[in-house]
Amino acid sequence: MSAAGVAQEHGHEQEHAQGAHGHHEQSFIQKYVFSTDHKMIGKQFLFTTLLMLMLGGALALGVRWQLAFPWTSMPIFGPLFANAGGQISPEFYTMLFTMHATVMIFLVIIPVLAGAFGNFLIPLMIGADDMAFPVLNMLSYWFMIPAIACFGMSFYFGGAASGWTSYAVLADLRAAAPGSGSAQTMWLMGVTFVGVSSMMGSVNYMTTIINMRAPGMTLFRMPLTIWAMLITAILQAFALPVLTAAGFMQLFDRLAFGGWLEGIHTVFFIPAGLVVNNTDPTVGGGQPLLWQHLFWFYSHPAVYIMLLPAMGMTSDMLACMCRKPIFGYKPMVYSMSAIAGLGFIVWGHHMFTSGMNPALGMTFMVSTVMIALPSAVKVFNWIGTIWGGRLQFNTVTLHCIAFVSMFIVGGLSGIFMAAVPVDIYIHDTYIIVAHFHYVVFGTTMFGVFGAIQFWFPKMFGRKMNETVGKWHFLLTYIGFNGAFFPMHMLGIAGFPRRYADPYVHPYLEHLLPLNQFITISAMIMGFAQFLLLGNFLISIFRGEKTGRNPWNSNGLEWAAPSPPGHGNFDVPPVCFRGPYEYSNPNRANQDFWMQTDPTRNPKNPPEAPAHGHS
Amino acid sequence: MRKFWCAFFVFWPIVAIIYSIVASMTPSLGWWFPGASVTELGQRIDNLFYLILYIVTAVFIGTQIALVYVLWRASHSKDERAWFSHGSHSLEVIWSVVPSVILLFLALYQMDVWALFRVQAYFPKEARDAPIAEVTARQFEWRIRYPAPGKKLQLKPQPDDLYDVNDLHAPINRAVMIQLRSGDVQHSFFLPHLRVKQDAIPGQIIPIWFKAEKQGIFELTCAELCGWGHYKMRAQLTSEREVEYEAYLKKLQADQNYDGHATPSAVAKKDE
Repeated sequence: MSAAGVAQEHGHEQEHAQGAHGHHEQSFIQKYVFSTDHKMIGKQFLFTTLLMLMLGGALALGVRWQLAFPWTSMPIFGPLFANAGGQISPEFYTMLFTMHATVMIFLVIIPVLAGAFGNFLIPLMIGADDMAFPVLNMLSYWFMIPAIACFGMSFYFGGAASGWTSYAVLADLRAAAPGSGSAQTMWLMGVTFVGVSSMMGSVNYMTTIINMRAPGMTLFRMPLTIWAMLITAILQAFALPVLTAAGFMQLFDRLAFGGWLEGIHTVFFIPAGLVVNNTDPTVGGGQPLLWQHLFWFYSHPAVYIMLLPAMGMTSDMLACMCRKPIFGYKPMVYSMSAIAGLGFIVWGHHMFTSGMNPALGMTFMVSTVMIALPSAVKVFNWIGTIWGGRLQFNTVTLHCIAFVSMFIVGGLSGIFMAAVPVDIYIHDTYIIVAHFHYVVFGTTMFGVFGAIQFWFPKMFGRKMNETVGKWHFLLTYIGFNGAFFPMHMLGIAGFPRRYADPYVHPYLEHLLPLNQFITISAMIMGFAQFLLLGNFLISIFRGEKTGRNPWNSNGLEWAAPSPPGHGNFDVPPVCFRGPYEYSNPNRANQDFWMQTDPTRNPKNPPEAPAHGHS
Repeated sequence: MRKFWCAFFVFWPIVAIIYSIVASMTPSLGWWFPGASVTELGQRIDNLFYLILYIVTAVFIGTQIALVYVLWRASHSKDERAWFSHGSHSLEVIWSVVPSVILLFLALYQMDVWALFRVQAYFPKEARDAPIAEVTARQFEWRIRYPAPGKKLQLKPQPDDLYDVNDLHAPINRAVMIQLRSGDVQHSFFLPHLRVKQDAIPGQIIPIWFKAEKQGIFELTCAELCGWGHYKMRAQLTSEREVEYEAYLKKLQADQNYDGHATPSAVAKKDE
């Protein structure tokens, strides 16, 4: 956190003179560690998630290594972590993909969107001086630490090995996965802590967005980022309790209490008479499918939690980079709401082959296929936004276009698995892996990479390096498509997920060279992230200094100093119009029109804008 | 640089399309289905796959062309300012209604095949009346229980039931039903060449049916994570003519009744 700290301090020097708010000196700990300032908390989230991104990527490369060069010693990581001789054992492999998904979903994607950008942007974009509940906000970050610790202990105990879906009964019975005894329990604790952290954030975001908007900031003048954050927070608030409850149920199923607690032994997900690994038959009467329903009731909306904020941020970036109003602002808001609403009634599409009532398969298919509609509307509107714009290819633009282009692939491949009969065949094959990586990496992460570059000046008062940024983009994009597009073909060839050694099956033997190609592409993509990390860290100190509004953008956040001081705004902002008034012909001297700009008669603008630019 | 980036964004969809065409047209590469489906229902599933593939490919090409076209126009714009437009109501209506009709059609069009595959009332009668075997998945093998020749499969194991491991036999050209269950954790019964997949859920018995129309040995694998040995639940489906199938059951019976003294063939004779 020290790097961010220095930049923050720098910003403070710059902005001290403008400090309109009652400024009281804070100790180092208050300012940089247990900070209640939403900007610092956002940066803390950003640093943590970037570190976790590297960890999750390393785990993925372990998985890829085994699939490309099975049973050979993995360089660097093999001798460090895996079994004797550096070989990846099947148990270790199972742990690798479980923890890769866990780290990426719970410690990278969800916290980087809601935690980092949600925290940093919400008060700035709506013109508030902080979150509604600053202490709760601080706690939401600090509850990530025990979560990370729990996942770390899970590693130490041998690693959770039931997949990130933690399906009962494999995850419920200790004997089912030898060695994962305490690891799986710790994993569940970790997920619960992440849940608590998310819930604190979600309550805070909803309250802040609903109650603390600046004067004039009506709901339909909010930037799409804020709409996305609001919808995400609502999704989280309604879906997460189910996962938390389910997690506790599984925890009680797993815990074998002794002594006076012996009576507490639940069997929520355990049916009677299972003989696992030659242990005594289970006593029970529970239903394993219940876990899948509860899990996906959270985890499908969670997919949209992992996507909607990136959609919102990309809309804002794209409009600014094209110098054009967003095409169809209200349809964008409605389609995000539709995605969120439908998102609650599609969870069953993860369970088409699970053995649930087949009639449910049909209803879930209809709702799942229909959720493609708002997604399609959004894509058309993004293309419409670029249409007729004046666009510059900088790093932010490139990431936004990659976002749209990759989302088309991820969205379209989703239709295959939404169709139940086709899903019978492709379920649990690599085409699923290809699909969700196109959505969560190809779409969300490109959006996040763009957003990091776009809002970096607001965070640290400096710009990130363009050349390094473009190289990072180029390598990531090539590596990403090289890694994930061929996975569609693996899936069509019937290549199942989560196999430590698929080549024991004769019909998969010939796919080894293709897997080697995928692994090499994945390595290119993985190592490209060092460019991002380096660019990010060095630019905090060495980047080109910027003023308040380096992108000539309209949002309220650009009216604040860069970086904003304590209390954010030197002049309390008032909002006069929507956030997308780019290239308004009534505006004579500039092609943007800030939300804070009080000019009322557009034909006769004042010589200098009222305030808000440097 | 503008030209480079426009070309860059058009380059990869072209590569993706060429790669997909090569993969689907060159079976020898093995980057497509593992051969045509050996069941009729599987072929119908493949047809649905192709229907979606054609629609999706058209949309993919259309949207990527549109994207690169607007990119080219926007990056080469000589206008001083961008086009000031907040959108178009009629366009929004068109691109909401048209996709929704296509999507709704796609969803409804799938129902028949799903019902045939999974809804018991639609199973072929011959299959539903006489399941040929019970398959119990366990870590990490498939245990198969057949009824004795001439008898029906009972829910509870019978003394004269026949057992085999990792080798499921089924007659060709006859719709056969299997009772799928799990002995420990969740598994999934996956026959890639038949396009059949069904999870085995602990505590539940799930019927599945198929009608293989080709003789041969087809892989049976597990498609649901079931522990460290998930990858090695390798088994096979032996699809054979009715006579061979009966001979196989007879041989199983003979082996099972073999007491260690008489020759197996003698035991088989005594049984008759």
